[in-house]
Amino acid sequence: MTAQGRIVWVSGPAVRADGMADAKMYETVTVGNSKLVGEVIRLTGDVAFIQVYESTSGLKPGEPVIGTGNPLSVLLGPGIIGQLYDGIQRPLKELSKASGSFIGRGITTTPVDMVKTYHFVPTASNGDEVLPGNVIGTVQETDLIEHSIMVPPNHPGGKISNLVSEGDYNLETELATVEKDGQNVPLKMYHKWPVRKPRPYNTRYDATVPLLTGQRVIDTFFPIAKGGTGSIPGAFGTGKTVTLHQIAKWANSQVVVYIGCGERGNEMTEVLVEFPHLKDPRSGKPLMDRTVLVANTSNMPVAAREASIYTGVTIAEYYRDMGKDVVLVADSTSRWAEALREMSGRLEEMPAEEGYPSYLASRLAEFYERAGRVRAAGSPDRDGSVTLIGAVSPSGGDFTEPVTTHTMRFIKTFWALDAKLAYSRHYPSINWMNSYSGYLGDIAKWWGENISEDWFGIRNEAYGILQREDTLKEIVKLLGPDALPDEEKLILEIARMVKIGLLQQNSFDDVDTYCSPEKQFKLLKLVVDFYKQGQQSLKEGTPLASIRELPVVTSLLKARMDIKDDEMPKLDQLDKDMKEQFKNISGVKVTN
Amino acid sequence: MTTEGGVQYSKIAEIKGPLVVVDDVDNAAFDELVEVETNEGERRLGKVLEVGNGKAIVQVFEGTTGLSISGTNAKFVGKVMEMPVSKEVLGRVFDGLGRPKDGLPDPIADQFIDINGEPMNPEQREYPKDFIQTGVSVIDGLITLVRGQKLPIFSGSGMSHNLLAAQIARQASVVGTNDDFAVVFAAIGVQYSEAEYFRKSLEESGALKRSVLFLNTADDPAIERIITPRVALTVAEYLAFELGMHVLVILTDMTNYAEALREISAAREEVPGRKGYPGYLYTDLSTLYERAGKLNGKKGSVTQVPILSMPSDDITHPIPDLTGYITEGQVVVGRDLFRQGVYPPINILMSLSRLMKDGIGEGSTRDDHAEVANQVYDAYSRAQEVRALAGIVGKAGLTEIDLKYMDVGDVFEKEFLSQATDENRTIEETLAILWKIVSKLPKNEITKIKDKHVEKYYQGE
Repeated sequence: MTAQGRIVWVSGPAVRADGMADAKMYETVTVGNSKLVGEVIRLTGDVAFIQVYESTSGLKPGEPVIGTGNPLSVLLGPGIIGQLYDGIQRPLKELSKASGSFIGRGITTTPVDMVKTYHFVPTASNGDEVLPGNVIGTVQETDLIEHSIMVPPNHPGGKISNLVSEGDYNLETELATVEKDGQNVPLKMYHKWPVRKPRPYNTRYDATVPLLTGQRVIDTFFPIAKGGTGSIPGAFGTGKTVTLHQIAKWANSQVVVYIGCGERGNEMTEVLVEFPHLKDPRSGKPLMDRTVLVANTSNMPVAAREASIYTGVTIAEYYRDMGKDVVLVADSTSRWAEALREMSGRLEEMPAEEGYPSYLASRLAEFYERAGRVRAAGSPDRDGSVTLIGAVSPSGGDFTEPVTTHTMRFIKTFWALDAKLAYSRHYPSINWMNSYSGYLGDIAKWWGENISEDWFGIRNEAYGILQREDTLKEIVKLLGPDALPDEEKLILEIARMVKIGLLQQNSFDDVDTYCSPEKQFKLLKLVVDFYKQGQQSLKEGTPLASIRELPVVTSLLKARMDIKDDEMPKLDQLDKDMKEQFKNISGVKVTN
Repeated sequence: MTTEGGVQYSKIAEIKGPLVVVDDVDNAAFDELVEVETNEGERRLGKVLEVGNGKAIVQVFEGTTGLSISGTNAKFVGKVMEMPVSKEVLGRVFDGLGRPKDGLPDPIADQFIDINGEPMNPEQREYPKDFIQTGVSVIDGLITLVRGQKLPIFSGSGMSHNLLAAQIARQASVVGTNDDFAVVFAAIGVQYSEAEYFRKSLEESGALKRSVLFLNTADDPAIERIITPRVALTVAEYLAFELGMHVLVILTDMTNYAEALREISAAREEVPGRKGYPGYLYTDLSTLYERAGKLNGKKGSVTQVPILSMPSDDITHPIPDLTGYITEGQVVVGRDLFRQGVYPPINILMSLSRLMKDGIGEGSTRDDHAEVANQVYDAYSRAQEVRALAGIVGKAGLTEIDLKYMDVGDVFEKEFLSQATDENRTIEETLAILWKIVSKLPKNEITKIKDKHVEKYYQGE
């Protein structure tokens, strides 16, 4: 029995309706004559409080509200990859067919093309006993994505019959029947799943494999692991969005879910325009073949912004369940929190800090807990991960505001963007003193095994130089650079090389935009070797000025742009040049 | 409720601040336009903010001064607020609600458009990348404006933001094609003299006949300011997407807009966010700023240059802060440079154009543009550090290279930043000065420019 009520009150995205005694919490409803989509967020007697996902302009008391009986859900099946959705999984391309350049209201569409056929290859057989999560076959969704068709987690499981043979089928085809206790339940290529409920898995692992992003300051200094959580807070203009775009472009995951949550329309357009032309550095295929976009821009209805985060993470978990590594990037969780605040205000709840509701922290915690590296439910064995990365837009750039402080409690990697660095055009403006990574120790083993066993030590040496510089800078500010002895001046010089040659990275430069782990390590080692040879030279009486003016310094600073990933011998040559040049100025053979 | 000739009038129950509460309402819609009529026959416009349980809360744009409970009726018009538009709006002056202010009759409407607009579908947007030459070196060279961008000017009271905005409006053009260019100017609670300055400036340059002016000056009703940018942007969207024009919209001063919004929020007794501004200030501002852009398959574009004065020059104040999170960069006017008499006094280190990367380079400006701009940003930032250091240890304590950076800072401010209000520099002239600045540095300090460009353009020893 679904609820059928009438609107009694309208204010912005909030609507109250009576006659709703049969409605359930978080049930979706259609609101008004134009059938807007809404969700029940409070029930008092027979009055339901509804947040409406579309503009309520023109809505009148007395118009009908009809329950659907279902919670807000997403449709999961082939066809999701490459889409641009709004916050409640309506494809924006389909919306534009119905309402042109601007977003209309009350339009119903299906999230994916239900009649498109995919080539289904069964992997199960008639008579097999299947459990929820079992893979019964696969389809090729895009060039990059082999899509597993799984028994839905909310399915009872049972014995398979009527399994179709290999061939082309659309989403509505019954691929098989599953019989349990005399009940026959059909299996199709898709199923629906409520967005606010995490999808089940079998076991959870520690996050020990790095998610490589090709960004030196992230991979080398403040790494994140597959299945980990990270946050990137920063005032406007510090480069949050560019950094997130870089992660979405270059991260070594199989699927990327990019959520534009209350942000600029043009940023989503940029991804849409750019990604089909960019090639995945590992497979050479267009990046769009692994990307899903969820866009609820700042001027789109605020309630759908709240939902967009859940829509995105549910899609991410679905691909995780196929055994894929998925990165979800949410820009920005602050706008999501503001949507919570706005609805909370209209519900007249008692506010906590800065008007945010008291459940802000628990909602953030629930969201970030949906990250993880897991063994998926059902057979065959599949290991996948969801990595969650959320931007935070603190008001006034103040990291003590509620969204930033609460987020910091639930994430392990913190990339603190710094307005001062951005003002001096040090990009990415990730502050190396305020940022941290809780995964460093866990992923060092991977670098040791795959790149070089020296990695951890050299990385820490370079980071130590930056820490020393931070202290020395205070002295320079008070007394001028001449107050320092040459050994310490050398540290300032090396820190400059680390900053310009390693930490800075130009996202818009064809070469510098992505840096392979091998190149990252070699650049790092070159700078640290320069430091060691510089120290040695100073001891032998070489003046600092001669070290500073070595031609190799400029080459080192520009190597990130000048030397491509497939030109590693050039870096080895640089190493030889460096030794040679040091030898010339000291007149002594340098041993290393 | 009484009915006269099919139109329903309702009684007023309560008046508080800019709001009236109307009783016995049974057929009003959210956002609906309301005519509030006094016994004397005066009519004011308003809109429904909240409706239900037989009551409607109505925001009266012209204010509630002089309204009485017994002598006032409200009429629900049955539609949302609309702006009549046609090609005839060009060259006209309107008040803050879009009614003619130049003594001429209403323009004959081609269409009536909901002033709230609808969100552009991101899938239908065309990514902005057409360089606009403003003739102002600091904008063209370092904070490049592109068609369809929203790039605000963050200023403070008394500084020269109006001169700059007017100069951009006069000079902005894509070389060669100028016919389909229009300016929409919205004065939001600014002084009469400021609005008049813009009008005259457009008139003198001959751009007035391609302009539409909406004027809500400081003595006009404050609540009207909620509407002024919306009618202006509605006209801009019409000119751009129906008539195919490239429209530059100047909104000044957005701080007054936000204050009007705060006044309504306070009257509604809402839980405030920072500094008493409503928690939805970000969302509300975005419904204005996001109306800039280009659309697939449409010829025109809406480019926005909103101006806002930062209270106490504080960039972390909620108005500039939330604006900066929505707009595609910001042009920050600096108090120090202004005091030194520099025009335009732009603090480039705090300024940014997010769309610059796509608007410049080979095919639009020149292939070395991005690199030389990056190097100058870097050098000027170093110059500022050196100046601070010189303040402590004196010039004598500086190294030779530090002194070169000091020199860079001076040349930058005197030759690149400074320019006359009627000086229209080409992009080639602008780039030449940037290279002159870079050439003050020795080659080994040039870390952001590729060697092939250094070889081609560097003029130092």
